[in-house]
Amino acid sequence: MQALHLSCFTATSCLGAGLGATLDTLSTNRSGLARCTFETVELSTHIGEVAGVDDYRLPAELADYNCRNNRLALMALEQDGFAEAVRRAAQRYGAARVGVFLGTSTAGILETEQAYRKLDSSGAFVDPPNYQTRHTPYALTDVVSRTLGLAGPAFAVSTACSSGAKVFASAARLIDAGVIDAAVVGGVDSLCLTTLYGFNSLELVSPEPCRPYDAARRGISIGEAAAFALLERPADTLPGDAVLLAGVGESSDAYHMSSPHPEGRGAEAAMQAALSSAGLAARDVDYLNLHGTATPSNDAAEGQAAMRLFGRDVPMSSTKGATGHTLGAAGALEIVIAALALQNGLIPGSPGSHQLDPALELDYAFAPRRQALGVVMSNSFGFGGSNASVVLRRADAKGHA
Amino acid sequence: MSKLSAYLDGVGALGPGFDNWPQLAAQLSGEAPWQAAPTQLPAPQALPPAERRRVGKPVRLALALGFEAATGVDTTTLATVFTASGGDGDNMHALCTTLAEPERLVSPTRFTNSVHNGPAGYWGIAARAQAPCNVLSAFDAGFTMGLLETLGQVHGEQRAVLLIAYDTPYPGPLARLRPLPDACGVALLLSPERSERSLARIELDTAAAPAGSTGQAELDALANSAPALTALPLLAALAKGQPARCALRTLNGFELAVELQPCA
Repeated sequence: MQALHLSCFTATSCLGAGLGATLDTLSTNRSGLARCTFETVELSTHIGEVAGVDDYRLPAELADYNCRNNRLALMALEQDGFAEAVRRAAQRYGAARVGVFLGTSTAGILETEQAYRKLDSSGAFVDPPNYQTRHTPYALTDVVSRTLGLAGPAFAVSTACSSGAKVFASAARLIDAGVIDAAVVGGVDSLCLTTLYGFNSLELVSPEPCRPYDAARRGISIGEAAAFALLERPADTLPGDAVLLAGVGESSDAYHMSSPHPEGRGAEAAMQAALSSAGLAARDVDYLNLHGTATPSNDAAEGQAAMRLFGRDVPMSSTKGATGHTLGAAGALEIVIAALALQNGLIPGSPGSHQLDPALELDYAFAPRRQALGVVMSNSFGFGGSNASVVLRRADAKGHA
Repeated sequence: MSKLSAYLDGVGALGPGFDNWPQLAAQLSGEAPWQAAPTQLPAPQALPPAERRRVGKPVRLALALGFEAATGVDTTTLATVFTASGGDGDNMHALCTTLAEPERLVSPTRFTNSVHNGPAGYWGIAARAQAPCNVLSAFDAGFTMGLLETLGQVHGEQRAVLLIAYDTPYPGPLARLRPLPDACGVALLLSPERSERSLARIELDTAAAPAGSTGQAELDALANSAPALTALPLLAALAKGQPARCALRTLNGFELAVELQPCA
């Protein structure tokens, strides 16, 4: 594919609001996970909760959009000058020439769950939630598009935990086709009871902070996050540390709704497709940000696929020990983390993980490493066997025009 | 003014009063009357028995639509785009009801089926489809954005893509918040090159155009009742063997026109 410039990007998660806090926490190998005291949840687990989401106020004209997911989204847009950068792009290209493609799995379902606690004798809501502005996945895209004053094509992608990565492919295709000149891509998912109790019902939730790729891993810790990037065609001259979207690869497992193919066949196909899309080989990759949810089956399957492709030659880690699994936001959050890694020469560690699963022969980074990076890959895989891998590279990466 | 185009190589249709594309085509062309009747959702025979028992309306609907449009095509390598206003409403109603109870004993199957890409995941299993699959939600612009994403893939990847647009109604208190007709949808198989299968050429451009019409008031009302049926005016032109150009339903000020030219 034709490379695109991530001309601005930002992330807000339990590591903090914005890139500074995110980088600082990753550099020191700290985790944002804490014992779950969310809402009325009574589960023995740890979560990655973003501070201040309850207190954030939407502008008055967007009052109908008030829900946890939309508050988290708009809070995150304010960081790192992101909203201003998008508004400048809209002025440059025209509001209808900037698309919005965002991943989410649960949107504003928390408020629907709460509304179900108060039904009248006929079964109707006492305090009805708003379907269009909060409940439906598109509500996220809508509130972001309105906040940024955009009028381009806009949709939500909801492929479970690969959502926040697949939007990069959709945006790149429509820029390539000339339908738009720029796109806001990203993912936002927030804590709710459906995912906390749902993953618990599947016995996939860890009682302790999650430990990706560890021999003694016991499941996921659920987190929440909002992460965004502005994609544009690269200018003729870019600073050396500019981050480019070099390739995206997608595949389907066609195997099972909630378990990955045991040998990671779909994961390997997605990584291969991403390399091919970027015109690169496995040996060109300097760091792989793994999906690494810390469930026994995910890490075993993805790890085998990574072994076949990269062996021990490429350092890799999952950052979910720091952020938790942010589900539909995870792809976007980890692409932003990968972009930070490229710009700062930082391979993030894996807080909470200590001993690599002995079945996996990989160069797993338990602690952060300082090392110049030219090309990085990020993996995102989801329920329904939906896989996406994204390749980023620095503008000055050696051997790549 | 950018343009995207593809050849329409197959159609699937299922909804209130029509069981397949030939039936709907006859109704749209005026050869047969359309009468409202409950949607008849076939059992998902392509799924293994264990999965077949677990799935709800959207899966049965999406699989029937997809297999009709892709008849005679190798589905294992066929990329797909699914688009739906919401997920499985029956399943969501049951989950939210359970979460409002003190014990919160969530069923793992219900949780697994709650993802918006449930029908896409079951399609992958039923069709053994390992090609990429995207799943969109865009409220009333669901079909329109699905078609745009599909033509973006046809253009960018230069291969056939199956678009499956479907909507299923909500039960319980959600029904009043998001009124939708009985389960309904349309599937379109779109290819970069013309072949003997090709029924029409479709082109999108970012421009204004007049609203489309099927030429029949009750079918126009049906088209406007669910985002997944946005294409009925376009499909009416196909059924009549006529060219057509009309606006597609969009949101937030974005404009998109579609043009259909039947293949002689």
